[in-house]
Amino acid sequence: MSETTLDAPAQVPGTRRERPKRDWGNPTIYLMALLLVAAMLAPVVYIILGGFRTNSQITNSPAGLPSPWAIGNYLDVLRGGVFWQEVVNSTISAVSTTVGVVVLGLMASYVLARYRFRGRAAMYTLFAAGLMFPMTVAITPLYIMIKSLGLINTLPGIILPQIAFALPVTVIILVPFLRAIPDEIEEAASIDGCSRLGFFFRMVVPLSVPGVVTVGILAFVGSWNNYLLPLFILNDQDTFTLPLGVQAFASQYSVDTAKVLAFTSLSMIPALVFFSLFERRIVGGLTGAVKG
Amino acid sequence: MADPTRESSSVSRDSPVVLSPEEGSAAVALPSSGPRQRRRGIGWPARLEIAVLSGPAIIIFLTFVILPVAMAAYYGFYSWQGYGRPVDFIGLKNYVTILHDGLFLDALKHNGMIVVLSLVMQGPIAIGMALLLNKKMHGKSVIRVLIFVPYVISEVIVGTGWSLMLQTSGAVNDLLKSIGLGGLAHDWLSDPKIAIWSLMVIISWKYIGFAVLLFLAGLQGIPVELQEAAAIDGASYWQIQRRITLPLLGPTIRIWAFLSIIGSLQLFDLVYIIWGQYVSSTAGTSTMATYMVTNGRNSGNYGYGNAVAVVLFLISLVIALIYQRFVLRRDTEGALTEGKN
Repeated sequence: MSETTLDAPAQVPGTRRERPKRDWGNPTIYLMALLLVAAMLAPVVYIILGGFRTNSQITNSPAGLPSPWAIGNYLDVLRGGVFWQEVVNSTISAVSTTVGVVVLGLMASYVLARYRFRGRAAMYTLFAAGLMFPMTVAITPLYIMIKSLGLINTLPGIILPQIAFALPVTVIILVPFLRAIPDEIEEAASIDGCSRLGFFFRMVVPLSVPGVVTVGILAFVGSWNNYLLPLFILNDQDTFTLPLGVQAFASQYSVDTAKVLAFTSLSMIPALVFFSLFERRIVGGLTGAVKG
Repeated sequence: MADPTRESSSVSRDSPVVLSPEEGSAAVALPSSGPRQRRRGIGWPARLEIAVLSGPAIIIFLTFVILPVAMAAYYGFYSWQGYGRPVDFIGLKNYVTILHDGLFLDALKHNGMIVVLSLVMQGPIAIGMALLLNKKMHGKSVIRVLIFVPYVISEVIVGTGWSLMLQTSGAVNDLLKSIGLGGLAHDWLSDPKIAIWSLMVIISWKYIGFAVLLFLAGLQGIPVELQEAAAIDGASYWQIQRRITLPLLGPTIRIWAFLSIIGSLQLFDLVYIIWGQYVSSTAGTSTMATYMVTNGRNSGNYGYGNAVAVVLFLISLVIALIYQRFVLRRDTEGALTEGKN
């Protein structure tokens, strides 16, 4: 079917060609890359280093380095309960959103990719059109709806809409993946007595891991960083996720810049770690290649 | 110039990234069911499977995405404070007010600037970065992760950090003074002439990683053989990029531009975090979305806020459709209007 669009077995683990000779290439490339990295990291480094300074250091020399290094700000934040409560809230929200998006998205994409039925085109268009409905447009009625469902100030109140709004991208990325699974595999499975649902769980789920990782990370990072929805739905400090927490902290301790910077740096760690671990997979997953 | 370290070797697709051209005419039929069933559609077991597998996703999507948008259209015709049922039907009055409000027109103008400047500022730099990161070099994977840091951290962190740096007594002005360029120190955030440019720098810095991510994925889809062939024919590195890589990256660039335009029209977080709800209009950085929140929810006029949302949606939709029609058409043929088979 879609062999024309997609070469299915794009990469088999272990076939990655190694360069025989290790030459270092052009030094200007490294210089440019270095400048680039410096430009992209400078503000982040400013935030992290700022957390190691005292307020008087920051006032006297806003762009200076910590001297001496003060770790009190970080320790204060880590000892306080507020930060950890918000980490827990963010984690619950991000993990539930990711699981929900992957499970629902995979099931719907499987139907779209491998069943033939009337209304399939309409269903695909419905999800694809979802890209046109960003949360900004829907936020006011969404707030009213969540309120009438009694989910204001609860984490499900942000998790459910997050799942719904992540579905379009998920479906659009996953459908080509599932479609690229060769028919022969399904035929072989069916000859061996595997039902279509059995095929789904035994073959489709394992084979779609690269795509699932991509959409999973996008959903996780999107949920972790979401600001608009929690801003509307969560008003109770106990339910705050980290972005709201950072902002609340920044206005509460607006004179204590160093502490704000420490809080801010600590709150970016989880998403950074998560993304760094899987960065390669994202690029790979977006190219839509199915590893056979 | 071939890059032997590339991840996936032979993915040749017209449009490698999201919105890929789905089948169009390619059949998806799985010929496992008999001919009788195929003529009459599908059997009940299969229908049950379809319902069970796709039902939850469809229900949650309709409930939390489509329904709210429809509700926005409905509430937009009412003067409504968010309590009880809307009863005060005022027809198009909200819309008339919006289109005559100078603050909204300002916001619309800012959105327009952000759309254009985002494309002009981020596009070329991101393509350059993607080409650079696609070259062979040591430590590439580390550099890649580092470059995506701004894209991965949240808008709140970016906003908090940058607003501290750009304060009048902040790090940027201090740095300028210490290297003898004190004359260049400015009030980066509240001077209406400069604020929008500060915003553009922050936006570019934050979102360029996403463009690079897409372009890198697009570059993976370009067959190495073409570049190798051109290199054998004596083409220089830049000739190859200009004549082969860039045209083949076209679909990815056009999809990125599409997502960038939609994102710029919906911009909310960064402006709201850095400038707050009142300062943004005097600093000249307000957007339609910040206008919506300020004049809708924050002032209790839910009917009005919904009307703004509808205007915002219609503007985005019209621009998206025009873009689809004239720019994306050949790339996404069938993706959004599938089912011509």
